[in-house]
Amino acid sequence: MVTKLNEVDAVVIGVGMTGAMIAKEFTLAGLTVVGLERGPDRRPREESVLPRIRDELKYVQRLELMQDNSIDTVTFRNNSEQTALPIRRWGAFLPGEGVGGTLNHWGGMHWRYLPTDFRIRSTITERYGAGAIPGDMTIADWPVSYDELEPYYDKFDKMCGVAGKAGNLRGQKIAGGNIFEGARSDEYPTPALKPSGGAVLFTQACNNLGHHPFPAPFGAASQPYKNIYGIQLGACEYCGFCGRNSCEANSKVTAPTHIMPALRDEAKFTLRTNAFVSKLVYDRQAKKVTSVLYTDMNTGEEYEQPAGIVILSGYVFTNSNMLFHSGIGEPYDARTGRGVVGKNYCYQFEATATAFFEDKNLNPFMGSPGDRAVIDDFNGENFDHSGLDFLGGGYIRGGSGAEPPIGGRAVPADVPSWGSEWKKETVRWYYHAVEFQNQGSVYANRANYLDVDPIYKDALGRPLIRLTYNATKNDHAMSRYMLTKIDAIIKEMNPTHYELHPRPLNFTIVPYQSTHNTGGTMMGTTPANSVVNRYQQSWAAHNLFIMGASTFPQQHGYNPTGTVGALAYFASDKIVKDYVKNPGPLVQA
Amino acid sequence: MTEVKLPRRDFLKAAGAASAAGAAAATGIAACSPAAETAATAPPAEPEIWLTLNATEAAFVKAVVDTLIPADELTPSGTDVGLATFIDRQLAGGFGNGAKLYRSGPFLPGKPEHGYQLALSPRDFFRAGISEANAWTTKTYGKEFDRLTVEQRNEALTAIETGKAQFNGGFTSNFFFDNFLQLSMEGFFADPMYGGNKNKVAWKMIGFPGLPASYREEVKTYFNKKYDKEPQSIADFS
Ligand SMILES: Cc1cc2nc3c(=O)[nH]c(=O)nc-3n(C[C@H](O)[C@H](O)[C@H](O)COP(=O)(O)OP(=O)(O)OC[C@H]3O[C@@H](n4cnc5c(N)ncnc54)[C@H](O)[C@@H]3O)c2cc1C
Repeated sequence: MVTKLNEVDAVVIGVGMTGAMIAKEFTLAGLTVVGLERGPDRRPREESVLPRIRDELKYVQRLELMQDNSIDTVTFRNNSEQTALPIRRWGAFLPGEGVGGTLNHWGGMHWRYLPTDFRIRSTITERYGAGAIPGDMTIADWPVSYDELEPYYDKFDKMCGVAGKAGNLRGQKIAGGNIFEGARSDEYPTPALKPSGGAVLFTQACNNLGHHPFPAPFGAASQPYKNIYGIQLGACEYCGFCGRNSCEANSKVTAPTHIMPALRDEAKFTLRTNAFVSKLVYDRQAKKVTSVLYTDMNTGEEYEQPAGIVILSGYVFTNSNMLFHSGIGEPYDARTGRGVVGKNYCYQFEATATAFFEDKNLNPFMGSPGDRAVIDDFNGENFDHSGLDFLGGGYIRGGSGAEPPIGGRAVPADVPSWGSEWKKETVRWYYHAVEFQNQGSVYANRANYLDVDPIYKDALGRPLIRLTYNATKNDHAMSRYMLTKIDAIIKEMNPTHYELHPRPLNFTIVPYQSTHNTGGTMMGTTPANSVVNRYQQSWAAHNLFIMGASTFPQQHGYNPTGTVGALAYFASDKIVKDYVKNPGPLVQA
Repeated sequence: MTEVKLPRRDFLKAAGAASAAGAAAATGIAACSPAAETAATAPPAEPEIWLTLNATEAAFVKAVVDTLIPADELTPSGTDVGLATFIDRQLAGGFGNGAKLYRSGPFLPGKPEHGYQLALSPRDFFRAGISEANAWTTKTYGKEFDRLTVEQRNEALTAIETGKAQFNGGFTSNFFFDNFLQLSMEGFFADPMYGGNKNKVAWKMIGFPGLPASYREEVKTYFNKKYDKEPQSIADFS
């Protein structure tokens, strides 16, 4: 028996970061909103408090805040010939669960994409000719430009209280910031964080080499700040527990701290937790989603929630899977290249390195991911690819610290992993490591995609989503090139010892790499080349809007969330201003 | 009834102390370490209570954690810092029983790229791994792991770590080793409230200060200066 509920103006599927943002914007515009969140409620005053929050075993190792694999997971294989196996315990990426979603435990690297990223196919063609893009590289221009998104990037920055230093203020380049970035209409809301010891060394070396280092922009306030919803944020404590954990200082942006206090008591908003949405009820004729079906995971009862507007904000895997299960849009077929749902799945390609400095004391437990220094000289089209055997690139960052000891105690590779010798060497190097990382782009390839798994099921009995993904020749060539740049920087820093970590040939689901999954419901200019239009509106159902990095056409050389946030505000603005008054396609197909 | 095992603590302690002295002489870094005192004064014997491990398993776990973390000038032995207790509690609880682990079949053999693909809960995986390891050492040395000499333990554990030990339970010896080592390191470096890292020995060893971890000024004032503070744990703030 399915209980049918009263219709509301809008239903939000997944009250993670974008879900909470949209719910807040809609209620401000006077709409009634029901938020359906599969996980539990998260109340910072109970969970994110000292001393309990400083528990590396619970949060970092046992993944307290992450999605429960036993309820729903992803199957994975490297290519279409293999049988995909379920991810039984998260490894490479860590989708979150509960109010606030994945953002509750993000690393806070807060970026805008380059103006050229938004027209990457055109830029490459203009610079290197039409033949420069390999036939299997299915990259596309974004149907929205940097300039159009800029006001929404700015708004998102001011919701988050981002810390950083501008390098391009209204067209004026500023030394010490990122001179490659698109023009910003305003400075960062709060100043850049203080650099870690490793970041200071990295900056010096980069300056010596003629690169353009700058402090990493960080999705947290570096000093007290009041955000756009009137919520008072605290300053970053440099506690070192940030990655995979929430923040007791009200500094790092999460929905429970930065949005929910201004939404929770809103009369027009209803939050239902433990509500697992299984399907959208699709009226093909009317090109609308009429309602959504969900199961209360505490009672097993099923409900139908009708709504005028449906926001699908369930993270990358749920977003595609929901369309597959609801028969919305044509599934992508890798053999023919036809279809769009599941197409252009991308990820981040991250080569790393570690250098040890015996004569430096780097206090490895202090700091935050935001105390890194970065260069953007080898990202996207910031450099000339003529004569190179790849397209794309990424930023390179360096720094030390910000890691508790179960995970953060690097030793040189030839040190045994146990016994007295291991202890001695761990003590010897603990204070002395600097980490480097290239946040490499992944330009879409026709062989990488999402579809429906033929074997494995979730807790509701629905097929799991299947990920078919491997690194490409282009990814590896890009990564090798970036490692030569990292190598030169490290040499300039003159370490006691260092190691470069090239990516393994095949993508592997262990260990952790990044939760920068993108694509599957890509945006574009026509129903033939995309799932949603520039306003994140489904071509197949005009009252369905899809939020999150699942709408990216490909992944560029940055962490995704800054752009995910800007897109959510861009879309909600259009919905509130135009769609509500005149429901229908916002772009003519 | 299984055979009654002789208490092996004292023997181990003597062996650990001997190798510790050797290591200290070789490196010359022991003298001023606060951990050296802790290592010398044996804590009063506490009753051994196991939530889930049986006697054979407990003996194995103790012998392995004492090999991974031998008593030396830096810390007491793995057992004495609570690692066997930690592993027992972890296996008895949610983690051991496969909480949040996707456990629907079919269970097909995966490649290393696929991560954990066994039908076993972590508790059952450790049960199977211990029994395979003991079977292999019995075949190779005529004894279960905990009955081996210190040299034999090091040698056997190296064979298990590198996959040279033949396991027949549907997984390799190195896969079992990796999981065992990971759990041991979690116990060694986690907050002491979980039972390992007793007296914050591992934190003292490396110089990790624990809580409260507010370094807004220190990140600058301790620039290139060692922040050498006595560690504090969750219990110290509770
Ligand atoms: C360890 C880690 C570090 C990261 N670091 C960075 C970083 O440094 N920089 C950066 O830019 N990004 C980072 N990210 C990524 C960032 O967290 C995500 O981009 C962001 O949270 C995405 O927001 P979202 O709204 O799309 O999804 P989410 O915030 O994940 O929200 C989705 C919500 O939907 C719910 N849901 C899913 N399916 C259903 C269903 N069927 N029914 C009901 N509810 C459902 C989920 O429970 C979840 O709450 C990191 C992520 C992780 C895990």
